[in-house]
Amino acid sequence: MSNLVYLVPLFPLIGFLINGLFRKSLSKSLTGLIGSFAILASFIVSLMIFFEVRKEGFEPVIVKLFDFINVGSLNIPFSFQVDQLSVLFMLIITGVGFLIHVYSTAYMHDEDGPDFARYFSYLNLFVFSMLLLVIGANFVIMFIGWEGVGLCSYLLIGYWFKNIDYDNAAKKAFIMNRIGDLGFLIAIFWMISQFGSVTFSEVFSKAPTASKAVITGITLLLFVGATGKSAQIPLYTWLPDAMAGPTPVSALIHAATMVTAGIYMIARSNIMYTLAPVSQNVVAIIGLATAILAATIALKQNDIKKVLAYSTVSQLGYMFLGLGAGAYTGAVFHVMTHAFFKALLFLGAGSVIHAIHGEQDIRKMGGLKKYLPITHITFLIACLAIAGIPPFSGFFSKDEILAAAYKKNVLYYAVGVIGAMMTAFYMFRLYATTFLGNFRGTSDQEKHLHESPSAITIPLIILAILSAVGGFLGIPQIFAANSHALEHFLSPVFEASEKIKTLPEASSSTEWMLMLTSSGLALIVAIIAWSRYSRKPELGEPGGFGKVLANKWYVDELYDSIIVRPLNGFARLLNGIEKSVIDWLVNGVGRLVQYGSRQIRLLQSGQVGGYVLLMVLGMVILFIVQLFMKK
Amino acid sequence: MPINYYIFLSVALFCIGVAGVLTRRNAIIIFMCIELMLNAVNLLLVAFSKMHHLALKLTNPNAGIDGQIFVFFIMIVAAAEVSVGLAIIAMMYRNTHSVDVNFLNRLKH
Repeated sequence: MSNLVYLVPLFPLIGFLINGLFRKSLSKSLTGLIGSFAILASFIVSLMIFFEVRKEGFEPVIVKLFDFINVGSLNIPFSFQVDQLSVLFMLIITGVGFLIHVYSTAYMHDEDGPDFARYFSYLNLFVFSMLLLVIGANFVIMFIGWEGVGLCSYLLIGYWFKNIDYDNAAKKAFIMNRIGDLGFLIAIFWMISQFGSVTFSEVFSKAPTASKAVITGITLLLFVGATGKSAQIPLYTWLPDAMAGPTPVSALIHAATMVTAGIYMIARSNIMYTLAPVSQNVVAIIGLATAILAATIALKQNDIKKVLAYSTVSQLGYMFLGLGAGAYTGAVFHVMTHAFFKALLFLGAGSVIHAIHGEQDIRKMGGLKKYLPITHITFLIACLAIAGIPPFSGFFSKDEILAAAYKKNVLYYAVGVIGAMMTAFYMFRLYATTFLGNFRGTSDQEKHLHESPSAITIPLIILAILSAVGGFLGIPQIFAANSHALEHFLSPVFEASEKIKTLPEASSSTEWMLMLTSSGLALIVAIIAWSRYSRKPELGEPGGFGKVLANKWYVDELYDSIIVRPLNGFARLLNGIEKSVIDWLVNGVGRLVQYGSRQIRLLQSGQVGGYVLLMVLGMVILFIVQLFMKK
Repeated sequence: MPINYYIFLSVALFCIGVAGVLTRRNAIIIFMCIELMLNAVNLLLVAFSKMHHLALKLTNPNAGIDGQIFVFFIMIVAAAEVSVGLAIIAMMYRNTHSVDVNFLNRLKH
């Protein structure tokens, strides 16, 4: 069955081609069916492969399609690698992707036929690229998928391209991604020059032979790529702006899949990161800093999607903290649970936006609990999960990351817990302001408030169930020995790292204390936020320090003044140079030819006397020349 | 007489003829200068033929005759050309009442 892994990206590719090429002639229901069915087929194949991979002693299977690049001693085949990590990501991508496709059929039904089909073709193309990313057997295939998801992100964020602000957001996302991609590319080149190959198995087996400086350099460059794709400091500002795209796009791309590409890459290269502790520290520190920074900004945002966007950036920071602390399984676990509850949060937000006909400011919402019951319950479950309250899934994964952070450095744990408290606070602020209290919109909107159709609510329910029970895949040791199913499943992927450096085991009493501290504090903060904002929602404009947070610490303005303006100035300078120098030169050649021809034309004066003079002159010159020739 | 004198004279005459053709405005004067050039060449031909004859008269009593015969040809051609040219000038005068060559820049159009 693993040999058929090529079917998994093939179905979305076919879906993309059919929906894309025939978008003017397909009906909307057929388009939605083709798009969703393609992903469902991929999910079924992934599931079958998963059952095969689950068996004990499964060795990674490489399925080669063809030779992609074959130059001298460098051989890069177009091949896929089926192992525990890739099949887990395959399931997440196709599973959550399928739910989002079904959701989109209802959410986007206001669009015209060709636009509707364009949306689904882009969505399928995105899933195709993301699958290439996770099942590629070497860094180059991963990079193809990497670039593909960046492209699809641009296409989907700028889906409503007639609005110039959305176009700018799409460009911003793509350009910032590209900056990170440069780091990724340089790392690939370095790998080729150092190891002579980019295939995972070869690079990872040769990695211990390289010097520490080289490995540190390569891993840092790979991490630069990850900061661009997974929105970490300093390349995170595109993600909040990317909320310009349709909400299912935000759910799929900016919550569940594309942004987790960086995590996947580092998890895949775990042996190299374990060999370079400096890079691990950098990853952890930047992840932690991003987590805190984004959480502070989310505290004061009033657009429902912006809160969720900053929440995504913050949670990604936690995942990188986990990777940097050596908890590879924990980070991947958090990817999985985050995909569930963040997709649920975004889809729930979409359901709310759909019900209020486009309003996204939470200050104009409120009291939606009685109008949108299913959305309300599922949203609440997602909030509980993201805040890390047991027994929901977020608790288990976040706790694993925080425990690893504690073992690395108590300070990391402390700051991480502060971030977790902020997470609980802003999430419940969002929940209470949106769903509790009284409805603060217009009475016209209130009349039209109704629960969304089942194509929207059923994915919400499924994701809510997963957010609630998904955590039980990773029950920590202290509850029951050998019950961390996910760790057991992923152990072959990380065992090389484990051999070099295992995390120190903490005593079970320490573990209990850590767990109780983080979840207890989160619960308390959640209750505080719940009671405060349900009674008195924050309706005015933020003042004082809140203004700094609401304006995102003015980072965008900083980037604008340090990078954008100088670049624009430089471009204007070059434009001036081009006009005055290069154009002058090129036009000058033309002017020269015209001048020359004007002067030469004077020879044709019509005066015979002039002609005779020239004739005589010519003869004299010839005479002199032959005098010197016949020496 | 040394041949150099003949050469100098001939060259001087030729150059004067060329200068006249280039600078004079009157068509008849230009014709006269053309005749001057032709005669300069004739002079040179005769001079060289005499030099040739003096050098070779012991072996070949008819040496150096080619130059002088060629002079005859040149004179005949000159005569023919002058008659045609003067006919053209006469027509020119009849049409424009002037023999100024600068006046006749018809080629410009």
